[in-house]
Amino acid sequence: MENVTSTTVPVRKTERTSLRQSLDLLWRDKFAVAAVLFLIIVVLAALLGPYLFGQQSNRINLLTRNAAPSFAHGWAFVLGADALGRPILLRLFVGAQNTIILAVSAVILSMIVGTALGFVAGYRNDWLGNVILRVADVLMSFPSLLLALIVLYVLTPGIANVILVLAITRVPIYLRTARAEVLEVRERTFVTAADIMGASTWRLVWRHIRPAVMPTLVTIATLEIAFVMLAESSLSFLGLGIQAPQFTWGAMVAQGQSYLGTAWWVAFWPGVAITLTAMSLNLLANWVRLVSDPVQRWRLEAKEPSHD
Amino acid sequence: MNTYIVNRMVYSAISMVGLIILVFFLARLTGNPAELYLPVDATPELRAAFSQVNGLDQPVLVQFWRFLVTLLHLDFGNSLRLERPALQLVLTAFPTTLILAFSAMALALVVAIVAGALAACAPNGILDRLVNVVSLSSASLPNFWLALVSILVFAVWLKWVPTSGTGTLAHWILPIMVLFARPCGLLAQVVRGSMIDALSSAYVKTARSKGVRSRSIIFVHALRNAMLPVITVAGDQMSGMINGAVVVEVIFGFPGIGKLMMDSIQYRDFAVIQCGVIITAAAIFLMNVLIDFAYVALNPRIRFK
Repeated sequence: MENVTSTTVPVRKTERTSLRQSLDLLWRDKFAVAAVLFLIIVVLAALLGPYLFGQQSNRINLLTRNAAPSFAHGWAFVLGADALGRPILLRLFVGAQNTIILAVSAVILSMIVGTALGFVAGYRNDWLGNVILRVADVLMSFPSLLLALIVLYVLTPGIANVILVLAITRVPIYLRTARAEVLEVRERTFVTAADIMGASTWRLVWRHIRPAVMPTLVTIATLEIAFVMLAESSLSFLGLGIQAPQFTWGAMVAQGQSYLGTAWWVAFWPGVAITLTAMSLNLLANWVRLVSDPVQRWRLEAKEPSHD
Repeated sequence: MNTYIVNRMVYSAISMVGLIILVFFLARLTGNPAELYLPVDATPELRAAFSQVNGLDQPVLVQFWRFLVTLLHLDFGNSLRLERPALQLVLTAFPTTLILAFSAMALALVVAIVAGALAACAPNGILDRLVNVVSLSSASLPNFWLALVSILVFAVWLKWVPTSGTGTLAHWILPIMVLFARPCGLLAQVVRGSMIDALSSAYVKTARSKGVRSRSIIFVHALRNAMLPVITVAGDQMSGMINGAVVVEVIFGFPGIGKLMMDSIQYRDFAVIQCGVIITAAAIFLMNVLIDFAYVALNPRIRFK
């Protein structure tokens, strides 16, 4: 039991750190700072892009057809133009919205469903739990991209269907993690104590087990946004993502594929945007894990300049 | 130990049955192949005849029953598109994907273990930061984009390798490299993390104080224990390779299972879809059993239970 208390106390402390302290810690990891700044830009683009540049990014102009990256046509064309002469930079800002909405909604949906099923499977370790686990196994052994392709071929690819498919393929991750954590946490003293004192099942799960399990799941979800975004762009690339006139970064790469030899920039920049966003999310998730782990946290604090 | 592996095998067998049911009904949902394989102006009689020849006029449950019976004889039916046995098509395509996936994974494991282990020796050192950034970025690369960029650079600009197709050894370089990037990045992260844990454990300190050479501490004492999570992640990545293979094979025009499945889904070639998914799942199932054995071999705590 000493073991349990000694690990939970520092975690409590971490949860109490003020915003100021977290920002201080963040500042010490320059990669994390860069990641956060980039993500802020992406989120701003996703929120405002279509309203600010929606018109401009759709204007077909044959004079700037496949224009190379340069300042000759004004700032909108710094990254060049696509086959219809539309500025790539502005299309990146506009495309950010669909890309982010798809990834984030799919992650939230799969997290809610997966966690709920995982709690049931972990808390009721009986036949129902077993059935849930086997269903997760089936989903895991089915190559997820093929599943998505078949399903999207059946249900025409609209935004809701793409989100649904991406969410279904990722449910097992949360399900298994939540189940494993619940199995472990429900045996801890504070849960058995609450149980003996007559707490209802709902109260046990919501007030006692959930807070102990959620941090792990949230960290996974951060990483999953990057993964789901990559999966969605593969789907768009294969032509089964959301359909034109709506587009995501993945679809932009697909459009540029045919001009690879003559106008590389059409396919290149959207890929850079996907990579940088995924990388920022990974960096941020790593940083969060480091900060919330008392065993690792000193590595950040140790980097503090010696003047204090 | 035996019950552990037997249990795992029983569970996997149940999953296989679930998968067979799932793939059968999902494939039927894509629509009637008669619309695709007959001309638009085909008469209703012609359509009915086509359905009857291919057994598509029966109720779905009857079709399912027939499918199960033939499946027991390892007969997956004929491809509608290519008019050859589905199993034959899948088995000719499978080796290509297997070679792609295995070479990429073997390469990824070697590079990830060496880089991750070296990075873990001095956490926060220059090498560690370098490995961290490089592995994170290669784990974040969308594989279809990496494929296009590498074609552009190495095939179009530098002309070192051909752009697509098969034939010579040079054709394999780019596809393997593209498949290698993501698993290698992820694995290097995992190796680094679990090596840092292992190196700060008591048995490593004991070995240090006994005066064991640091190279054998890293690669013998710590690495062996750090391998458990690595094997788990590598197994997951291996099944994820099928996803990568679909994209890579489509872009590079490789006649593997991924391209075959893509084409079959588009042409509602039920027999090939079912056969491909079942064979792939069986391969993943077999691999998971092997991983379980590796686990037992590496982890005495399971072995002696």
